[in-house]
Amino acid sequence: MSVTYLNTGLPKPVPAPDGLDAPFWKGLQENKLFIQRCSSCHRWQWGPEWICHRCHSFDLGFEEVEPRGLIYSHERVWHPVHPALKDQGPYIVVLVEMPQADNIRIVGNLLGDPEQTIPIGSEVTARFEHHKDEDPVYTLLQWQIES
Amino acid sequence: MSSDRTLRGKVGIAGVAETTYYKRGEAPDAEFKLALEAIVRACANAGISPKDVDGFASFSNDRSDASRLSAALGINDLRFANMQWGGGGGGGSGAIGNAAAAITTGMAECVVVFRALAQGQFGRFGQGPRRNTISGDFAHTVPYGLMSPAQMFAMKVNRFMFDHGVHQEALRAISLASYHHAQNNPRAVMHGRPLDEEKYESSRWIVEPFHLYDCCQENDGAAAMVLVSADRVKDFDHPPCYVLSAAAGSHHRAGAPVHNAPDYATSAFKTLAPRLYEMARVKASDVDVLQSYENFTGGVLMSMVEHDFCSPSECNDFFAVDNLIASTGKLPLNTSGGNLAECYMHGLGLNIEAVRQVWGESSNQVDTADVSMVISGPMVTPVSACIFGSEATL
Repeated sequence: MSVTYLNTGLPKPVPAPDGLDAPFWKGLQENKLFIQRCSSCHRWQWGPEWICHRCHSFDLGFEEVEPRGLIYSHERVWHPVHPALKDQGPYIVVLVEMPQADNIRIVGNLLGDPEQTIPIGSEVTARFEHHKDEDPVYTLLQWQIES
Repeated sequence: MSSDRTLRGKVGIAGVAETTYYKRGEAPDAEFKLALEAIVRACANAGISPKDVDGFASFSNDRSDASRLSAALGINDLRFANMQWGGGGGGGSGAIGNAAAAITTGMAECVVVFRALAQGQFGRFGQGPRRNTISGDFAHTVPYGLMSPAQMFAMKVNRFMFDHGVHQEALRAISLASYHHAQNNPRAVMHGRPLDEEKYESSRWIVEPFHLYDCCQENDGAAAMVLVSADRVKDFDHPPCYVLSAAAGSHHRAGAPVHNAPDYATSAFKTLAPRLYEMARVKASDVDVLQSYENFTGGVLMSMVEHDFCSPSECNDFFAVDNLIASTGKLPLNTSGGNLAECYMHGLGLNIEAVRQVWGESSNQVDTADVSMVISGPMVTPVSACIFGSEATL
C-alpha cells in the first residue's frame, strides 16, 4: 500500500505538451532529481525555460542534483480549495532552496506532523513519493527535516 | 526623463461609477450587462454620452470585449482598445496609465477604464483546478496542494515576516482599517458587518499567516472610470482630478516560474515605486490618502514598505489601526473599505475611491486630499500604481 502525504484526487502532474520539463518528471520516477542547466554558462535554472536567462544560450540540458536543500519559506494550509482535500486537515507546503544548484527553489510538502514548527533555514532531504497506482503514473518530490 | 515624456497633469478624470456590488454569484445580471451598466453610469457621472467614448482599457483578461462594448454602445469611431497583461488586479492602475498615455499622445480623446466580474457565472479565483491532469508551471505546485491565490502568496509574506520580525497584529490592523471604513460606505458589501480584534483573532486560518479576514472577498459587479485630456477637465462638474503618474512592471525575474524570483519576499514594487514618485514629483510623505490593494493583508504591508511609507523594521508600530483610519490617522488607508470590505472588483474600486477623495466625495473623506495614491495588485506580475492630484498639485 502506498502512503501519500496528501489525499489522492488532486490533478496529476504530466510533462508540458511542448516537452520543456519532461526530463524532470521522468527523473523523479527513477528516484532522481534533474534540474535544467545551461550547457554554455553552466549555471542552473528553474523553472525550466527554452533559453538561459543569463547568457541567452538555447543549448540547455538537464543534470542530476543531489536532492537536498534548505527551507526558504513555508505555509501551513488550513482551508481546502479542492474537493480532494476536504477531509485532509492542515498540511504544509515548503519552498526548498538548493545552494548546490545556484539557489534554485522547488515546491513540495514537508513530511511529518502537519502542526510541527517549521524553522526557515532547516536542512531538508527529499523523499520520492511514487503514485504507481495512478493513471498516468507520476512521482512527487517531498521533503523531510534532517534529524 | 525629458519633460514632455510624462503623464503628469496631462489627463483628468471626468466621471466614475460602479454597479451595485454583490457577493459572488448574487448579481442578477449578466457580466457583460454589468460592464455596460458601469460604463453608462460613469458617462452619466461625467455628463457625456457613451457615444463620445473612443477607447477602452482594461486588465486581467476582462471578458467584456472592447469591440462588443463599442458595438453595443453605438460608438462611432473606436480609436483605442487595450488590455494590460497579467492576472489578478496587478493591472488596475496600469490600465489607467495606458488610457492616460493614449490620451496624452493623441491616440484617443475619451477612454473608459473598466472591470467587470461575475464569478458566479464564470470560474472562481479562490478555487483550485478540477481537472484530472495538470501540466506546465502549475504541475510543479498544484499536486502539492498549492493552488489558490492565498496559497500562492502566503510563502512570500511568511518569509518577509520572518526576515523583519513583523507581527500578526500588523496584518490585523490593515484588515480592521478596511472594515472600519466600510461601515460608513453604503456601497460596501460589508457595510453593517463590523470587525473587531476578537472577531479577527477567532476567525479561522485560511493559510498561515492569513486569517479569513486577511483575504479579499469574491464579488460580482463592475466599475468604470472616464478619462479625458486635462484641458477638458474643467468642463465637467467635478473639481479637477489629474493623473500625476502611473507605472507598471516588476523587478528582475519577478515572474520566474515555480517561486524562483530572486527577490522573493516582495510585493514587486521596488523598482516601480521610484519611477512612480519621480513622474508625479511627490514623495511618500506628500501622500494624503492611500488605497492599497488587499488581495491579502500581507501584500498591503509589503507594498507600503516598498513605496517608502515605513521601513521594514517600523512595520509593527506603523501598522496600527489609529494610524490608518480617516480622517485622523497619519495615513488613511483603503477608505472605501477596499477589496476586503467594499468589493473585490479587482481593485478598480480603489482607483475610484482615490478620485472621490480628490473630489471631496468619499464616505470617509480626509481633510485635504491633494495627493491621492493607489497601489494595485501586490505580489503578482506585472503590478502597477498611480497617483492622482488636485488642482493644487499642478
